[in-house]
Amino acid sequence: MSRVGAYTAILRIGLAEAVAYRAEFLVWMLTTTMPLVMLALWTAVAASGGPFQGFHQADFVAYYLAAMIVRTVTSTWVVWQMNQEIRMGTLSLRLLRPIHPFIAYSAEHLAAIPLRAALALPVAVILLLTAGGGHVVQADPVRIGALLGALAGAWLLLFLTMLVIGTLGLYLERSLAIYEVWWGLFAVMSGYLVPLELMPGWLRGASDYLPFRSMLGFPIELMIGRLSRADALRELGLQWGWVVVLLLLTVVAWRRGLRRFEAFGA
Amino acid sequence: MAERAAEAEAGVEVDALSKHYKVHKRPPGTLAALRSLWSRSYETVRAVDGLSFSIAPGERVGFLGPNGAGKTTTLKVLSGLLYPTQGQVRVAGHTPQQREVRFLKRITLVMGQKQQLLWDLPPSETYALNRAIYDVSRGDFEATMKELTELLDLGPLLGKPTRQLSLGERMKCELAAALLHRPRVLFLDEPTIGLDVNMQAAMRDFIRAYNERHGATVILTSHYMADVLALCPRVIVIDKGKLLYDGDLKALARRISPDKLVTLELRAPVAAPDLSKFGVVVEHGEHRAALRVPQTGLQAAIAGLLAALPVEDLTVVDPPLEDVMRQLFASTSASTSTSTSTGESTSTSTDAG
Repeated sequence: MSRVGAYTAILRIGLAEAVAYRAEFLVWMLTTTMPLVMLALWTAVAASGGPFQGFHQADFVAYYLAAMIVRTVTSTWVVWQMNQEIRMGTLSLRLLRPIHPFIAYSAEHLAAIPLRAALALPVAVILLLTAGGGHVVQADPVRIGALLGALAGAWLLLFLTMLVIGTLGLYLERSLAIYEVWWGLFAVMSGYLVPLELMPGWLRGASDYLPFRSMLGFPIELMIGRLSRADALRELGLQWGWVVVLLLLTVVAWRRGLRRFEAFGA
Repeated sequence: MAERAAEAEAGVEVDALSKHYKVHKRPPGTLAALRSLWSRSYETVRAVDGLSFSIAPGERVGFLGPNGAGKTTTLKVLSGLLYPTQGQVRVAGHTPQQREVRFLKRITLVMGQKQQLLWDLPPSETYALNRAIYDVSRGDFEATMKELTELLDLGPLLGKPTRQLSLGERMKCELAAALLHRPRVLFLDEPTIGLDVNMQAAMRDFIRAYNERHGATVILTSHYMADVLALCPRVIVIDKGKLLYDGDLKALARRISPDKLVTLELRAPVAAPDLSKFGVVVEHGEHRAALRVPQTGLQAAIAGLLAALPVEDLTVVDPPLEDVMRQLFASTSASTSTSTSTGESTSTSTDAG
């Protein structure tokens, strides 16, 4: 048995646990409906007053359904888990095992994605195709490869951001407040609420220097064909650059933070 | 040479270990909560304060002390969960806080109040997961599982979801999960807490059997003196983070409480002055009495009691270990109360901003 064996075992257990926590799963399903709310709102705007800054009704449909797909396959909630484990001291049990907690967290979280995707994706894809989003499917192997890389990168960015904020729980009493601030910025700067193309110029400019767009807006735009091949590859490089930066930040925060861990309880 | 290798595998060395915490303190109430937003006072708690000891491979050692003495903190440092503030620690040839994979595979920490079993899945799933994480070969896994299932009678429990197991059943499964990788050093923090008397005895038997079979080092904390008596020939007693005693348990009992307890069953009532000639009367009834008698005068006292009084039956026992400990901690808290009031064990600082 190797490290791969350990990782596979955690994935398998994670899947079994995802099935066991049915109520939590249903709640999660409800939280992913925000893109559908925005979809209803913006298609109504486009239907009554014609295209909005070049976005037709079909463009909004494609955008928000793609948003729902990206959110589904990049979902993670490790920041809540870490906060809980640090405050209750149960992180101790994780630290006693001969596998890095980040590796274990990643396997547990990836394990839950197939089940969530199996329920959420067929609905989104069927809607996307029937609601006039058919033109977005492009049989370009480079774009499809870039899309897969962009989805993996987006998941990693979200996961690492949550790990950094979760790790801050070792320094602060509660790091969830910081997560709330981060989430507010993410909702606006990533294209989650409104496509970045419709945002004021200064805000779009700022988003070029921040990682939020790489976490959501970029994979969506790539999926619905709003990026040229060259732009897609450039954005992909940028996105993975952010992955490296966040990875370094996470490792440094963790190593320093661990010295402060107090293993509460028991 | 072989001795050194064994030491590297399971020995424990602690040299001048200190662990201090900075604790934010505030009085109760909304006003105090608001004030703590801009001005906080901190207290430095010296949970462990200059502790030194060493434990040879295969030893079973009881770690004793009142609540807050620093026992659990020490175990957490030894298992690599906490960084020491000062001092050196070596466990099984490793520096614990570096948490190397080889170190983590050699130790286990069982915390009676925390569980590693997956709550919604049967224990067998946790075991399969641990096998993969600890990289245990299938052959070793099956042999260990067989041994643990026999010793702990786990058979009927393996397939039930953990949440449906009773506390005792869960603790047995927890212990099996903690030992599946055959650790060489066992840190057991209150392993029998909340268990009934039978289950406590079963756990003790199991821990002893594991230690004897595998030569593993066992370091145990427990509030149940029966655990310590049954398992640990040697005890390390700490209070306020400092070492009070390190050595043989029976010698400690003799030192702290050099008296024996003599219990008498009487055929007829006896007057108190007739009893107190032989020792300190601790119980006096119509047909039953108990006396505390110094070890040195024990033989003479027994002979005198049997000759002078209508004794039906006479038994001599050591005083309960709980009483010995209470005496020990009472005497040390009396002797250290002056030093704590001068701020030796805690210090306070204020951080405004």
